[in-house]
Amino acid sequence: METVFKYFQDSWSWSLEYYPILIQGTITTIELTIASALLALIISFVVGLSRFSRLRLVRVIAVIYLEFFRGTSAIVQMFFMFYVLPLLGITFPPLVAGILACGLNLGSYGSEVVRSALLSVGRGQHEAALALNYSSYQRFRYVLIPQAIPVMIPTFGNLLIELLKLTAVASLITISDLTFMAQIIRSQTALTLEPFFVILVMYFIISSVLVWFTKVAERKFAKGRDTISGEGV
Amino acid sequence: MDWSWEVVLEVLPSMWLGLIVTVQAALVGALLAYVLGLLLALLKMSKNWIVAKTSYWISECVRRTPLLVQLYFLFYVLPDLGIFLSPFAAGVIGLGIHFSTYTSEVYRAGIENVPKGQWEASRALNYNAYQTMRFVILPQAIPPMIPPLANYLITMFKETPLLSAITVVELFGAANIFSNTTYKFLEPMTLVGLFFLLTSVPAAYAAMRLEQRFKPKNTGAS
Repeated sequence: METVFKYFQDSWSWSLEYYPILIQGTITTIELTIASALLALIISFVVGLSRFSRLRLVRVIAVIYLEFFRGTSAIVQMFFMFYVLPLLGITFPPLVAGILACGLNLGSYGSEVVRSALLSVGRGQHEAALALNYSSYQRFRYVLIPQAIPVMIPTFGNLLIELLKLTAVASLITISDLTFMAQIIRSQTALTLEPFFVILVMYFIISSVLVWFTKVAERKFAKGRDTISGEGV
Repeated sequence: MDWSWEVVLEVLPSMWLGLIVTVQAALVGALLAYVLGLLLALLKMSKNWIVAKTSYWISECVRRTPLLVQLYFLFYVLPDLGIFLSPFAAGVIGLGIHFSTYTSEVYRAGIENVPKGQWEASRALNYNAYQTMRFVILPQAIPPMIPPLANYLITMFKETPLLSAITVVELFGAANIFSNTTYKFLEPMTLVGLFFLLTSVPAAYAAMRLEQRFKPKNTGAS
């Protein structure tokens, strides 16, 4: 323990020199997380709702998307987007490739959350909406989705953490996020414990904020609903 | 850019060797995650408040930070502290520790979902702690745990490419090395993607079948 302490004491001077790039890396990580979370959220709803489509083709495309992005590894998708698509004439800047890869990957998991939450809304609600002669837009917009959202939020919260952790992988396709910056510090100073410890703490803080945010959202959407358990309400 | 079967033939042998490493890493990592997860679950459910809280927060620290950074930590930092691990060992330990935080939740939920009346019934029958666990709680708790545990094996399998970042030459690493030396990215990357797709889709389907088979029969517990 003492050696660890001394190790820290001797080498804290690095932080003065390198803290700007750590801050920059934090900002990039947060940007990447927010942008891909928004993309993933949109995809989740579009694909999740497509699974209920009357058109077989739409349902099939949704399933293919789901299995493709859930079935292949996220890191492979990222490398594919960054190294292979340019060969086919499609070039993205690294940040865009990262956002697309993270968003598309998490969107596949999210779409399943949306679908199962909608299925968890009691059957009676589906039937009541039909009895009221609601169009399918009205049925989803006014009856099913509002009741499904509280069910989705906790799982979405978990996915948000997964997303944040996935953005670290984007450092491998040259996006200068926190992890990338830690690697730069390591290669320039030969320090190892300090940069990695600091970014682990940073990631922990960011995810804790996300956890807190999820709890707030959970409380907000649970307001005025005493039961969400849907079974034949 | 055209697809070339020659490149495919060229890269396949090294990818085959990588595949073996991938499978080994996923299996050993999963085994570690299952064992450590059980330990962690027991600690989290400890009656001692301090033990329970401490293990909960340690587990949260691991769960809320990226596996990639944890792997770097094991691979770069530990040697400076005098602990030397091979890349494969570091990778497997990283995978195991990271996913033990997930499996511990599976165990915990499994045990807590056994209705309270079952514990009380065991006490009424004057069962001791071992008998309660062995004959009453675990037989009811284990079946619902199996599908999520199987799912985490699939997840870990898909996370093994991260080990390539700490120089483990697994499937993705092998393809990546080939790509970086020959500048041919299309075929190796497509093959890796295809391989994961071809394994994880049937595996996910099998896990779903497991889920249906082990569906808890008592409707009371949710």
